[in-house]
Amino acid sequence: MSWFADMLGPWRGFAVTFRQMFRPKVTTQYPEEKRVKPQRFHGRHVLNRYPDGMEKCIGCELCAGVCPARCIYVRGADNPPDAPVSPGERFGFVYEINMLRCIFCGMCVEACPTEAITMTHLFEMSVTGRDDAIYTKDELLVEPDGTPRHPQPAGPLIDLGELEQGNGWLRATAPSGRAAFEGIVAWTPSATFGAEPPERGQAGTRPDDGSEGT
Amino acid sequence: MSGLELLIVAGIKVIAAFAFLVLTVLVLVWVERRVVAFMQNRYGPNRAGPGGILQTLADGLKLFFKESMTPRKAQFLLYIAAPVLAVVTALLVFLVIPIGAPVTIGDTTYTLQVTDLNVGVLYILAISSLGVYAVALAGWSSGSKYPLLGSVRSAAQMISYEAALGLALVPVIMFSRTTSLAGIVEAQSGTFGGFLPAWNIVLLPSFVIFLIAGFAETNRAPFDLVEAEQEIVGGYHTEYSGMRFAFFFLAEYINLFNMAALTATFFLGGWNGPVFGPTWLQYLLPVVWFLIKSWAVVFLFIWARGTLPRIRYDQLMAFGWKRLIPVSLVWIMLAMVAIGVRRFGLPWA
Repeated sequence: MSWFADMLGPWRGFAVTFRQMFRPKVTTQYPEEKRVKPQRFHGRHVLNRYPDGMEKCIGCELCAGVCPARCIYVRGADNPPDAPVSPGERFGFVYEINMLRCIFCGMCVEACPTEAITMTHLFEMSVTGRDDAIYTKDELLVEPDGTPRHPQPAGPLIDLGELEQGNGWLRATAPSGRAAFEGIVAWTPSATFGAEPPERGQAGTRPDDGSEGT
Repeated sequence: MSGLELLIVAGIKVIAAFAFLVLTVLVLVWVERRVVAFMQNRYGPNRAGPGGILQTLADGLKLFFKESMTPRKAQFLLYIAAPVLAVVTALLVFLVIPIGAPVTIGDTTYTLQVTDLNVGVLYILAISSLGVYAVALAGWSSGSKYPLLGSVRSAAQMISYEAALGLALVPVIMFSRTTSLAGIVEAQSGTFGGFLPAWNIVLLPSFVIFLIAGFAETNRAPFDLVEAEQEIVGGYHTEYSGMRFAFFFLAEYINLFNMAALTATFFLGGWNGPVFGPTWLQYLLPVVWFLIKSWAVVFLFIWARGTLPRIRYDQLMAFGWKRLIPVSLVWIMLAMVAIGVRRFGLPWA
């Protein structure tokens, strides 16, 4: 009777497809429903500030140098002595990222000695012109109180709350390129997040005396 | 009816049939995409309009504004004639399908079909054969490899399955004793034993053969080798874009609905069904029955597309010539014997 079973085979397929019609759908209804992004998601960048409002960027151009896509353009300038922009000697005078070229590898974040540039969870960056895809310092830099800026207004597609997921990626890397920071909390406090609590596996807080820790 | 009146009535019917078909296609494409999506655990188009029902309209508008490109090697006249021919033949088939019971207004009776040809079945077979020309010409006049392959496949497939399609209808004609579609529907109006509707579906082998041949005739899965995207890009309409492509698309779906409507007419009793209530309801209900039956067959077509994989070309040909046609010939002989026995009694009695 195996020939009979063989003959029924194709028809059993009809039952399968019919049954599947009533199963729950696997599609995520995107603008309404969004998937939870992993913490180290590589979204668009922001330029951070210290809690006192000073910019973290010192205009060293390491990010531009390390960028494999050559999408970052930085020009540093000397801090004006009477109104310094950053705590260092120099600051990022011009800072532009071409988001059409960026491959979101995060090497700029790794290269940054002051954790000035970090990546957010925001990924909805469609624009209607190529010029709009070049994010200038105005759009990248967070407000003095830490609120991120975005060229597009908030709406169903632009959840500015996601911008605040600003340094999740940084948390898990050996920061500042110094191996000595391994195992301790080593990122600098920022205007957005303040002082960060230690992650799992990291001990204590960063020494306030500016030393490189133990 | 005077000549002028006849002309006006015919005009209204033609326009109504055209509008009906275009609207049907708009819904049909959406329904197909939705149903197949549901079978694959997806949602399908659900953004444009309530439930996405305007998706086809949006796609059509997009195609309307797209550039219609012509390949350099195309035979231009035939190249633009082919999509027109495809739509025209698809539309013509529908003209003889009765979508409802005759309506009496005043003292004239109007049939709910554009015209009731007394050779309706032959007309349908003839016109759908003409449809092969559209496909063959489109593939050849494109001056391109894949369309030519697609059209060669299509011509061979449609010609071989048309034979089975026609043979499947022979028992229906023999039992209904007419080739007029209105007559065939009329012949199915009674009941067997007072409760079973006297539909031709009792001619089960005919029904199955007709349905299978219909799948092949409309170039749909599992016989969609003509448009096998994985093998020959898009088949005969690869080189078409914009409105010309939209014409082929329209023709394809009109053909699908035609085939479903024909199946309903030949085998499922057409517009026959329980009729009750006031006069207007008595005129409306047959149309509703017809639509329900047609859409049920449409669902069957979509269901098969969602289920069955495409068969190989040699399997297709072998199945058509070595299985379907002999089986339908034997079935015709059996039907003849049955009719003879019913008419003259058993030979030894």
